[in-house]
Amino acid sequence: MLNIDEIQNGVVIDHIKAGTSRTLADVAGLDSLDCGVAIIKNVRSTKSGKKDIIKVEGEVSSINFGVLAYIDPDITINYIKNGKIIKKEKPVLPETLVNVMRCKNPRCITSIEHECDHIFKLTASGKYRCLYCEEEFQKNKNLK
Amino acid sequence: MRHLIDPLDFTKEETEELLVLSEDIRRNPEKYQDKCAHKKIATLFYEPSTRTRLSFESAMINLGGSVIGFSSADSSSAAKGESIADTIRVLSAFADIAAIRHPKEGAPMRASMFSSIPVINAGDGGHQHPTQTLADLATIRRRKGRLNNLVIGLCGDLKFGRTVHSLIKSISRWDGIKFILISPTELRVPDYIINEVLKPNNIEFEETTDLEDALGKLDILYMTRVQKERFFNEEDYVRLKDSYILTEKKMELAKEDMAVLHPLPRVNEIALAVDKDPRAAYFEQVQNGMYVREALILKLLNLA
Repeated sequence: MLNIDEIQNGVVIDHIKAGTSRTLADVAGLDSLDCGVAIIKNVRSTKSGKKDIIKVEGEVSSINFGVLAYIDPDITINYIKNGKIIKKEKPVLPETLVNVMRCKNPRCITSIEHECDHIFKLTASGKYRCLYCEEEFQKNKNLK
Repeated sequence: MRHLIDPLDFTKEETEELLVLSEDIRRNPEKYQDKCAHKKIATLFYEPSTRTRLSFESAMINLGGSVIGFSSADSSSAAKGESIADTIRVLSAFADIAAIRHPKEGAPMRASMFSSIPVINAGDGGHQHPTQTLADLATIRRRKGRLNNLVIGLCGDLKFGRTVHSLIKSISRWDGIKFILISPTELRVPDYIINEVLKPNNIEFEETTDLEDALGKLDILYMTRVQKERFFNEEDYVRLKDSYILTEKKMELAKEDMAVLHPLPRVNEIALAVDKDPRAAYFEQVQNGMYVREALILKLLNLA
């Protein structure tokens, strides 16, 4: 059983903007993990007034933390081992995202081509664009 | 193996080499007339086109090669639901090089991922049209003798006009380029062109809705058609289609040595009377397009 105060092995995603934890959990695919997951909303925060926290107990190597930074650039990933924080990091945006989000441009080839991966590339301006049509990924529009 | 999907797939130097080669082909056509003997180009045109398809086909024939392909999605296996990935793999077995026109953006890119022959983007939706850009660059170079230090006016549908996006991306690599972007507010150039091409490269530009005001400043005026096929809403098309019409009267405001380009087809955005003005360069643009496509085919087939 997951103890939401302390976990032994896993990660704590901290400093999530209040109200966005559900989106982050969806993008990270936490629902499909065979792990204990706790989403804690509206926790009091000295920095921002309130924040959300996600705790994941278990094997987390398959989670794409990089993309989470695009949804919320202020998050911190705390890696926990044997009940202790062994590493804290700000996730780095990956160069390429495959099938994490969908291109919603109706003129894009991805809208009709069978089994066509939805691939987004990080541009020099720090935005993700569809590999095919160059439509910009927009947080409120493109998430699955 | 190389493809031409985006106008930036070829460096500025490679683009200049292509333009030089196209000039040599124009002057010495007999030197190149058998270069592509026994080679075939597949022209896969999923939406209507007159000049681009016939330009590619003429280019290959001029080089001694042959042509296969289709000119509408209805007459291809796409009508049966075949993916572009499968179509190009099939065509790779028949042809040596392919030119693809498709209404969906990124279709030629998708094809290139599965192709074993060079793929040329012959226009994908409102996205890119790199061989039209080569024709544009060849025309500007022939008319002005240079590709740098030019004030270029782009007028009309700058939002969906794929030739506009491709030209901006490509010619921005030369020094001293200034753009005057002339369009209705609804059809202004997409933000990504401004924020990821013009601003980061310190390219001077201004946006305006006033063609007459801009005309006297221009070395090049690039007119475009408001494209009915890019609108989901008929009302928007009708409201915007006659935004800019270039007339003899307006041409009086332009420099004596300005050149008027247009990717064609024209509807009514350039009055017929302008055709006889020596500054009208849009029909020679078509011929320049054929020569640069010949040069491109030779380059991609490693026959240059």
